[in-house]
Amino acid sequence: MTKRITGAEALIRSLEAEGLEVLFGYPGGVALPIFDALYDVESIRRILVRHEQGAVHAADGYARVTGKPAAVLVTSGPGATNTVTGIANAYMDSVPMVVFTAQVATSVIGTDAFQESDITGITLPITKHNYLLKDARDLPEVVHEAFLIASTGRPGPVLVDIPVDVSKGELEYAGPNEPVLPGYKPTVRGHAKQVKQAAALIARARKPLLYAGGGVLSSGGTKELKELAELMQLPVVTTLMGKGAFPEDHHLYLGMPGMHGAKYTNYAITETDLLVGVGVRFDDRVTGKLSAFASKAKIVHVDVDPAEIGKNKRVDVPIVGDARHVLASLVAELRRMSAEPRTNAWMKVIDDWRGRFPLHYHPSDSDVMPQYVVERVRELTRGRPTVYATEVGQNQMWACQYLRITEPRTWVSSGGLGTMGFGLPAAIGAQAGRPDHLVVDIAGDGSIQMNSQELATAATNGLPVKVVILNNGYLGMVRQWQELFYGKRYSSSTLPQDCPDFVKLAEAYGCLGVRVTEPGQVDGALEQAFEHDGPAVVDVRVAREECVYPMVAPGGSIDEMLGGVPGCPVSEMLDDELLEEVWE
Amino acid sequence: MRHTLSVLVENKPGVLTRVTALFARRGFNIDSLAVGPTEDPTLSRITIVVMAADTPIEQITKQLHKLVNVIKIQDLDPAESIDRELVLFKVNAPPDRRHEIIEIANVFRAKIVDVGKNSLTIEATGTADKLSAMEDLLRAYGIKELARTGKIALARGSREA
Repeated sequence: MTKRITGAEALIRSLEAEGLEVLFGYPGGVALPIFDALYDVESIRRILVRHEQGAVHAADGYARVTGKPAAVLVTSGPGATNTVTGIANAYMDSVPMVVFTAQVATSVIGTDAFQESDITGITLPITKHNYLLKDARDLPEVVHEAFLIASTGRPGPVLVDIPVDVSKGELEYAGPNEPVLPGYKPTVRGHAKQVKQAAALIARARKPLLYAGGGVLSSGGTKELKELAELMQLPVVTTLMGKGAFPEDHHLYLGMPGMHGAKYTNYAITETDLLVGVGVRFDDRVTGKLSAFASKAKIVHVDVDPAEIGKNKRVDVPIVGDARHVLASLVAELRRMSAEPRTNAWMKVIDDWRGRFPLHYHPSDSDVMPQYVVERVRELTRGRPTVYATEVGQNQMWACQYLRITEPRTWVSSGGLGTMGFGLPAAIGAQAGRPDHLVVDIAGDGSIQMNSQELATAATNGLPVKVVILNNGYLGMVRQWQELFYGKRYSSSTLPQDCPDFVKLAEAYGCLGVRVTEPGQVDGALEQAFEHDGPAVVDVRVAREECVYPMVAPGGSIDEMLGGVPGCPVSEMLDDELLEEVWE
Repeated sequence: MRHTLSVLVENKPGVLTRVTALFARRGFNIDSLAVGPTEDPTLSRITIVVMAADTPIEQITKQLHKLVNVIKIQDLDPAESIDRELVLFKVNAPPDRRHEIIEIANVFRAKIVDVGKNSLTIEATGTADKLSAMEDLLRAYGIKELARTGKIALARGSREA
């Protein structure tokens, strides 16, 4: 006969059965039976954060760099509600994780008991699925289902709410049954007929463009993407979520499109005759004005989530399926057809744009330019296994523009939700997942203050993350919008550059703190931080009013960009001779 | 355009909330909603009537499909489906006018299910049009209370899945 164990013990066994290695969490009253059961467990590393939001972002960072579903354990009421932003962030960016919240006893659920919150109700719109357990006997199966749902199809967060009497209750544990999920059948393989159609379009196109997103990374399809791009010599753009899906030092790489994309990237989208979107969702920060986005192109859209196809943009060839499988079958089909690359002339046009409209900024001898700092981070980490995290705002866009992500799953940034305060805890989780990597968080002085308490987590858990603060004394992106669209009325966007004193703050948490005020100090400070064997904060006082350019005004057409080279219409910028070759 | 969605779901707590909340947070107004178990006690059928253009209804159908507890969704074509609704009318019925009301009920093949001193309660089933026509006629007598179940619908035999 199977031995009876408690719900809490069954939870731990279930987590072990899922192969869970790290649990991010924060205890509290009704979570204590579970934390108590964890006391002697050695197989699962616990990372105690300082705020539940930090736990979820850390799990998020861990999942992004390892590709494995991450887990979080918190208490009921405020513990549970503090996870909401983190869960919403993971939901928007399709990150696999399971969040366990403790709950008040089933006998008092619904009575507004102390530290009760209807967390399954609250997280209904921001989880892929959620559960309120009522019986300890359901626990093994629900945990197994939760991990399965979180990590298959389009990944996402799943929440499991465990009342205290369930974690204290007893059951005979015999491992999980096969899950019965009649309504859950993600499509993996793309429809053969549609794959053929897409391949035929790719073989015929003169100005094709691959538009790759986070789905390529989560499906593990980066090798297949590169194969397809090289086979047909297709230029590739990657979204913010897709950074790392294609090596950014490759000659076919064309940058990130959209609001802060390079001019040549956006021009390529405007002029392409075949846009092949893979694991992307045609987000408004990428497309700008929808009617002008890739308006000359036929559109192929590959996504594991059928609801994304045709959601924002009409699609000529929809392919529902896992990006890796579909990319592999496209390559196979093109090989079968003996298709030849036809993009020579198109690449010449693109290279011409690249030469004429590169990303650029005005260097300075006196002011530290934020772009320069990011460039130095890029150069000083070159050849060294590095994970780059970002906060949200200008710092994030400069990181997008000036870092070179060459390996999959080494880029950790909040895309869909744009969560300030994400970077530091996500970097901490990433460091837990990749202990052998240098983990650098490119931060802003505004964003870092939303979760700076997690420096304590980094320091006390031996997670030596490096935070590089581009400190401009503003909520920089807000200030930029106010400068451009609100007549420079800097309403509630100014932060004193010396409050807090980030060096002292770092030191207060037992981290290294270094300050940089001149361009000549940048390299030394970064090297000092990178060589330090614990967490470090580099407070770089940067040029205060620098803007992120180019920029597409919200709702504008992406080929009409502010900043950079004075704008002129795409048609005037095309070299006539090259054009003729393309249109021959 | 008016769409009738027939949504087969797992018969579990909270599933109706998941389905209806999805409509609410995407800004759709549900005209009618009816839910009950099916021939298989582990499954329920939700019938939802909603006004929406074709593109948004396609999006909401796809989003519904993503719910783990949703098994099947049909957007029922009125020409190829049967739909019914049940309504209870409590009508003002002084003794001298009762026979007229009973006659109306007979014409619509409705049933008198309760008789009060000054009222009659009528149970009627049918399509929304038929029930609206009946309501128009009964309004002349004064409808004291009215309850409708919301539409239930099934695809015709030839469209069995």
